[in-house]
Amino acid sequence: MTTDTLTIEERSRQRLATIEASLAGRHARERRFRRMGLGAVVTGMGLVLILFISILMRGVPAFWQATFYLDVHFDPEVIQVDEKPVRESGESASAFRERELAWMSRVGLVNWQQIIDEALKAELGEIEARQTRDLRALITSGERHALRDRFIEDPSLLGETVRLKMLASANVDVWLKGNIDRSLPDRQQQLSAQTREWADELYARGVITNAFSTALFLNTDSRSSLASAGLAGAFMGSLFMMLVVIVLSVPIGVASAIYLEEFAPKNRITDLIEININNLAAVPSIVFGLLGAAIFIGYLGLPLSAPLVGGLVLTLMTLPTIIIATRASLRSIPGSIRQAALGIGASRVQTVFHHVLPLALPGILTGSILGVAQALGETAPLLLIGMNAFVANVPGTPLEQSTALPVQIYLWQGNELRNFFEARTSAAIIVLLGLMLSLNALAIWLRKRFETRW
Amino acid sequence: MNMATSTPVPTGLGESRTSKASDRIKMQARDVKVYYGDNEALHGVDVDIFENEVVAFIGPSGCGKSTFLRCLNRMNDTIPGCRVEGDVTLEGQDIYAPSLDVVLLRAQVGIVFQKPNPFPKTIYENIAYGPRLHGLARRRAELDDIVEGSLRKAGLWDEVKDRLDQPGTGLSGGQQQRLCIARTIAVQPEVILMDEPCSALDPIATAKIEQLIDELSESYTIIMVTHNMQQAARVADRTAFFHMGDLVEVDSTDKIFTNPGDQRTHDYITGRFG
Repeated sequence: MTTDTLTIEERSRQRLATIEASLAGRHARERRFRRMGLGAVVTGMGLVLILFISILMRGVPAFWQATFYLDVHFDPEVIQVDEKPVRESGESASAFRERELAWMSRVGLVNWQQIIDEALKAELGEIEARQTRDLRALITSGERHALRDRFIEDPSLLGETVRLKMLASANVDVWLKGNIDRSLPDRQQQLSAQTREWADELYARGVITNAFSTALFLNTDSRSSLASAGLAGAFMGSLFMMLVVIVLSVPIGVASAIYLEEFAPKNRITDLIEININNLAAVPSIVFGLLGAAIFIGYLGLPLSAPLVGGLVLTLMTLPTIIIATRASLRSIPGSIRQAALGIGASRVQTVFHHVLPLALPGILTGSILGVAQALGETAPLLLIGMNAFVANVPGTPLEQSTALPVQIYLWQGNELRNFFEARTSAAIIVLLGLMLSLNALAIWLRKRFETRW
Repeated sequence: MNMATSTPVPTGLGESRTSKASDRIKMQARDVKVYYGDNEALHGVDVDIFENEVVAFIGPSGCGKSTFLRCLNRMNDTIPGCRVEGDVTLEGQDIYAPSLDVVLLRAQVGIVFQKPNPFPKTIYENIAYGPRLHGLARRRAELDDIVEGSLRKAGLWDEVKDRLDQPGTGLSGGQQQRLCIARTIAVQPEVILMDEPCSALDPIATAKIEQLIDELSESYTIIMVTHNMQQAARVADRTAFFHMGDLVEVDSTDKIFTNPGDQRTHDYITGRFG
């Protein structure tokens, strides 16, 4: 009897010992797995951090540009134009507009460069005629148009002297920021020795300062006046495209997902559709660009480089993402809710719209916004429909030629004046990332807003 | 319209039936077969349900009792691949007739599920949803009356009257189930189907629901599926025993539990299998 109990005790001790022996290995595996997971997270976060830091370090300086503060004299001797026309009583709008335009073109013919030259000479003293080229390399060429526009806005400036902010040329900016090796010989420098000397002198005297510039946000792209090249056109282009994408892909995607998930019979055809939608989500985006070029531009004859076409192409690309996210979200709603509504006598449409959809809404919104954000960052398909064209105006409608933020980044990244555009590219990336982060923040906010507590 | 009414079927109508139940046939099933794909889950069920009686379906798991229950208000329609053959009538009207609107049927034959499934909305909205859906209340005051009446009938009013605007999902399990019953009553159905309504509840909540079923049988016909044979014995006027997709026998509860007519019923209630 006692031996029996002993053996039972022994056996139980043995069993415990076996389990205990295996414990060390199990815990080690658990620790190893946890450490690997942590390692993966830390690596990922580290890489993202490096990305952000490097982009910020390169891009943020581009928001500050070498800027002149000059006393500009609107010399009546140079600006020889009559008074800005005023609409007379009885004059038709078109006749007045015609007179106004004629006046504007006369203003445009004024030698504004001379006004700027004079303002610079006032700072630097008299210069020789052969140095005019060196002088004009200081200020970016866009400023003379800005001066003209300022005068058209306010003709009373005639004869006045005003202190104005003017952007230095891109090369001066590069030189002053030290983005070019100062020890390079003359023939390898972008600026002449004279211009460089003047730039340093004016910087030391505070005529040139490194000031925050709105050019990046307010101007369009430019190839003649690089220092004032901005993102306004690309930003509006992207905005119009996002509008098209949201207006088209969200309703179509959500509606198809609801139909496929809640109403469609489950048969071969719907299976085939499902497989195809999943495959479409994995199609390289450039293929959608080819499709868009062939159908929207080639067949339907829509204009090249138009945000409408870009939006349509990105809609095609976004649809599978939204459909898949919406279906997953609908599927996650427990069947008991559907049965409860059906059991009371709700029709299927009522069940879906009163109960299932409101519960699935946070997931649908998140999926949709992530899809739209993905479309916002897409470049490849846009290249094929001509959105990589150089466009120097802000589109007013989705049918006007335009470019897009990611395409602008791509274009600037390839610009020959690397020293200047490296920072500018990073600054554009910051703007794009900012836009995307706000979209994602919106997604999170909407999710929280519509989330139902169970 | 239906030939089946003339076919005599053992009803188990006897002296033991309580006075509440009438002799009027409320629902009738004739040779009901249910297929899931190619698999025949029910092999032809014939049963009559009388007005204002409580019928319990018992039987081992997978015997087809829930499947049959769901045939009675066509909840099986929602299951892909499920097919129903045979005749089911409600007051002589074929409920599988193409002309019949399933929405109307479910307003007449309500259902309470195994797991309480209140909508993630307020208690008030849970009850008001059905009446509003069917346009049963024209004014807010009428709706308020329906909500209060339904909650009172479900024995929940005193517990929730001060928090009608709170989510129904915040109630305890037993309260949630009574809320679901109230939600079903609010549509004023004639028949209430209950699919193991107490299986997710503790004994006290179960007792409350059983008492509620007893009270509800004054004005409703109640058909319930249960795994709990004591429960069937406590609340049901008649009990039907299902086995392997067959309705083995249906008779007064007393008879089923004391002197069943079939050996399989006997084996089941004495615990030989199940």
